[in-house]
Amino acid sequence: MSGILNSSIGRKFAMALSAFFLMIFLLQHFVINSLSVINPDSFNEVSHFMGTNWLIQYIMQPVLIFGVIFHFIMGFILEIRNKKARNISYAKNNGGANSTWMSRNMIYSGLFILIFLVIHFIDFWIPEINTKYIQGDMSGLLADGEGYRYYEELTHKFVPIWRVAFYCLGFVFLALHLLHGFMSAFQSVGANNKYTQGLKGFGKAYAIIIPLGFIFIALFHHFNH
Amino acid sequence: MNLTLKIWRQKNANDKGKMVDYPISDISPDMSFLEMLDVLNEQLINKGEEPVAFDHDCREGICGMCSLYINGEAHGPDRGVTTCQLHMRMFNDGDTIYIEPFRAAAFPVIKDLVVDRSAFDRIQHAGGFISVNTSGNTIDANAIPVNKHDADDAFAAATCIGCGACVASCKNSSAMLFVGAKVSQFALLPQGQVEATDRVLNMVKQMDEEGFGNCTNTGACEVECPKGISLENIARMNREYLKASLKG
Ligand code: SF4
Ligand code: FES
Repeated sequence: MSGILNSSIGRKFAMALSAFFLMIFLLQHFVINSLSVINPDSFNEVSHFMGTNWLIQYIMQPVLIFGVIFHFIMGFILEIRNKKARNISYAKNNGGANSTWMSRNMIYSGLFILIFLVIHFIDFWIPEINTKYIQGDMSGLLADGEGYRYYEELTHKFVPIWRVAFYCLGFVFLALHLLHGFMSAFQSVGANNKYTQGLKGFGKAYAIIIPLGFIFIALFHHFNH
Repeated sequence: MNLTLKIWRQKNANDKGKMVDYPISDISPDMSFLEMLDVLNEQLINKGEEPVAFDHDCREGICGMCSLYINGEAHGPDRGVTTCQLHMRMFNDGDTIYIEPFRAAAFPVIKDLVVDRSAFDRIQHAGGFISVNTSGNTIDANAIPVNKHDADDAFAAATCIGCGACVASCKNSSAMLFVGAKVSQFALLPQGQVEATDRVLNMVKQMDEEGFGNCTNTGACEVECPKGISLENIARMNREYLKASLKG
């Protein structure tokens, strides 16, 4: 068991496990965000619960941050090692003949998602941490005390068109990343069997519907504010 | 057919090497790719130049010896064939054809288009075999019942000819399809169970030590493999490896 991360298959497995975790997180993030379109009150309540529940805040949140950082660092390590495995490149290489653009450019879609996440953290996560843990305001209420602040803060962020455009672009790269990543994670943990065809369809749907949904939410708040 | 060939020339392992242009004319579309190279070499020899070194042996798609990265694809643009089975009718009159060696740090060039694929042999030595006692009361392999489905999959995996096209096509120079096939052909059979744990651990360890890259599931290997070895074999190897790692 020792040193499993030192083997190529171990690294592949670890990459897939962090991917599964992130894909489940993405799904719950999407479901909660959808509430902001359907019912702002329940969006506020769920946000308050997620933002103050100790299990989410002190256990799930650190695990998530670790998962994100691990997935990125591992991705870079793999890229560097793989580049080294071919010391002289081909004068002519026809990659499109045997593989998808998405599968060959995971590092680039991943890099854009990393930039997106940095901006996303600055936009939402850091102000949230500041309000709650530095200023010590755990009430989740607006400054005037009239109801929860979460919905207000969310819609406010989507007023500037540049941010909406940047977020949409981020989701496009997320879709490209997932179009390969979803099935790739299953293959990495050794799941390639009679369910694979069905799972492929599901993976494509997931990779397109979730980012498209996020884009819809961003646009919805931009035009409804 | 008249063609322009762009061929990788490299005197020896230490030479830097470069692409060199060779115009060639009157090539029959019915020739195999290697026959076309034979014609070129004959002309080079007649001119007193050094012929192009390339690997080949059976010339019927069995031995896995011929290699070549042709116009950006291992074994050229056709599917399910090795370079010796590739025909010139796959190309058009006037085409420019790039001919390069299989590229991977683990497959160093020996000369021109010839690469050293003995890394594959060392992976095989690490566990690609079963031990059978030949003490006189050996059980005939056919006397051991094997589920038809498993037997078919094991045979399919065993068709791998060790050509290395999977490594050459992979953007990561990963050898997972080859090793997956070699692990699978035994993992599926009762004869392979005794050494199953050591086999997969040792073969993967050797594969990593040889400097092959990490698989990212692009699937290029499966498309370019002349024997149609399936990605399922890599998934099976991953399962076998995890099982073996947990066992210790
Ligand atoms: S898996 Fe296919 S491409 Fe790879 S060595 Fe075997 S036959 Fe060649
Ligand atoms: S020469 Fe034997 S497979 Fe091509």
